[in-house]
Amino acid sequence: MSDVNLAEDIQADRSKMHVSDTDVAIEITGMNKWYGDFHVLRDINLKVMRGERIVICGPSGSGKSTMIRCINRLEEHQKGRIVVDGIELTSDLKKIDEIRREVGMCFQHFNLFPHLTILENCTLAPIWVRKMPKKQAEEIAMHYLERVKIPEQANKYPGQLSGGQQQRVAIARSLCMNPKVMLFDEPTSALDPEMIKEVLDVMIGLAEEGMTMLCVTHEMGFARKVANRVIFMDQGQIVEQNEPEPFFTNPQHERTQLFLSQILNH
Amino acid sequence: MSENTFAYVATSEKPQLPPPQGTTGAVGWARENLFSSPLNTILTLISVFVVFSTVPGIFNWAFVNSVWNANSLDECRALTENGACWAVIRERYHQFLFGFYPTELYWRPILAFVLLFVALVPALWDGMPKRGAALMASMTYPFVAFWLIWGGFGLEPVSSTKLGGLLLTMIIGVSGISFSLPIGIVLALSRSSNLPIVKSLAVIFIEFIRGVPLITLLFVAHVLLNYFLPKGVNFDIVLRVVIMVTLFASAYMAEVIRGGLAALPKGQYEAADALGLSYWQSMRLIILPQALKISIPGIVNTFIGLFKDTTLVLIIGLMDPLGLVAPTLADQRWNGIFVELYAFIAFMFFIFCFAMSRYSMYLERKLHTGHR
Repeated sequence: MSDVNLAEDIQADRSKMHVSDTDVAIEITGMNKWYGDFHVLRDINLKVMRGERIVICGPSGSGKSTMIRCINRLEEHQKGRIVVDGIELTSDLKKIDEIRREVGMCFQHFNLFPHLTILENCTLAPIWVRKMPKKQAEEIAMHYLERVKIPEQANKYPGQLSGGQQQRVAIARSLCMNPKVMLFDEPTSALDPEMIKEVLDVMIGLAEEGMTMLCVTHEMGFARKVANRVIFMDQGQIVEQNEPEPFFTNPQHERTQLFLSQILNH
Repeated sequence: MSENTFAYVATSEKPQLPPPQGTTGAVGWARENLFSSPLNTILTLISVFVVFSTVPGIFNWAFVNSVWNANSLDECRALTENGACWAVIRERYHQFLFGFYPTELYWRPILAFVLLFVALVPALWDGMPKRGAALMASMTYPFVAFWLIWGGFGLEPVSSTKLGGLLLTMIIGVSGISFSLPIGIVLALSRSSNLPIVKSLAVIFIEFIRGVPLITLLFVAHVLLNYFLPKGVNFDIVLRVVIMVTLFASAYMAEVIRGGLAALPKGQYEAADALGLSYWQSMRLIILPQALKISIPGIVNTFIGLFKDTTLVLIIGLMDPLGLVAPTLADQRWNGIFVELYAFIAFMFFIFCFAMSRYSMYLERKLHTGHR
């Protein structure tokens, strides 16, 4: 698969990535979810320590996106507990907003706001949610736009940017809220191959700074270099999880072996 | 070359050449837009024929042969066989503008009309300095206008029965337009909400209002409301009509805006949620600006429809411009003059509707920020 090869030449410095032993970022216990009669998530248990970089993979329809979307309540779970940064996620709107403030998310289709400039996209949430003065919000936004290497686009509209640039803006937009956890839902799936690397580079930079990340992706090169844990999901369950090296070289479960052989041997 | 066309590769940089002759400029435009196919050519010729056989006649009737100075239709006809008799408009235009409003008080509706545009400036011009304060000042306009037109508090009171003509159209149209948009937005949000009771109330209201002709609602305002209201409570007929027209237009407005809400990708809602914006913040900052932009053609369509529907009030005896045709014809001197009166009324409506339409086109262009 060309995408995999393209990501092979990315560089990541694992020594900088530190995982906390005691500080829990997310704890999911016995989570279940149904769409009508369809049981999409079955008994999910997952504990994420501060600083962990977790890559979630699996065939389409396996519930990977649904699982991470439950963490910031874009999807509602019907059974089980989700605790994010010490706050339990219930139907209490205040708790939901509190968690959403601490959890950043990037989408497959970027979901930038097309009627606002890049800078306004980035300052909107800090100004309205964090009640930050406009000037300070703009300084922070410019800082993160420089981080993702597109400060010169600040006054353009999303429609004028390439896909890769838009996704980097989306990452900057999340970072402006200074989140404790970042969720990535297939951030490179809608991008042309030549733009995948620029987005992955930004994500690696984040990992090196110690960001806790949950990433649904099929970029196996990224998983190998950045993740400290790879989770394989199938039919709504976590089928296998391991450190990347043993996960790729010696998958235990039959379904994992089949999946890996399908995406790696092209 | 020929044996190589299958595996052709450019061996040198090709220079940029001008386009072939006749594809640009006036000739190119005409060729492409007027004569691109046999059907197009036939349609072009038919259109040219229709224009040439009608426009000169209308022009002659309206301008060349028209009469401006006469005291009756007979005098007009004596002066010209086939020209418009604008003398009637010249004599009675003030009635078509103000109805039976006392002549010496005309300055009040005129001032109200001028102030309307002053009040509109902050709403329509978003780059205005001190816009927030100006908008607050604009909010007082309805009260000022009400005071100017109906009087009271130091001004001589004028009864609603004296209102008529364009003045009445403007009162009903402008109030209907300015109240139906916010009510429509609230209804559209209610109808798309997850709260079952709010949602069903919105659905019932919208479906009921849309299912009933406006004339029925006007009759309700005219006759039935007296039975429902407690004894002694009797508010003004014009106010009752304004309420009914507003409710009627807001039901349509709600559906137009709901279309805009439905056209937004789900990702916009999700991105707003994921950033931690509250429901009202995400509606105000993310969803409505985009949904309203998509809905501009439909919104303006509803506005124009509402403005023209105000003529229906003649059914319940209010003297809107169309309602004033009958009293004019009742005058012995002008009996039999139809076309000129209706043409004048049509012209008045056209000015306002066309202005709204142009503003909406300007707004759409201005809000265009590239494809998403």
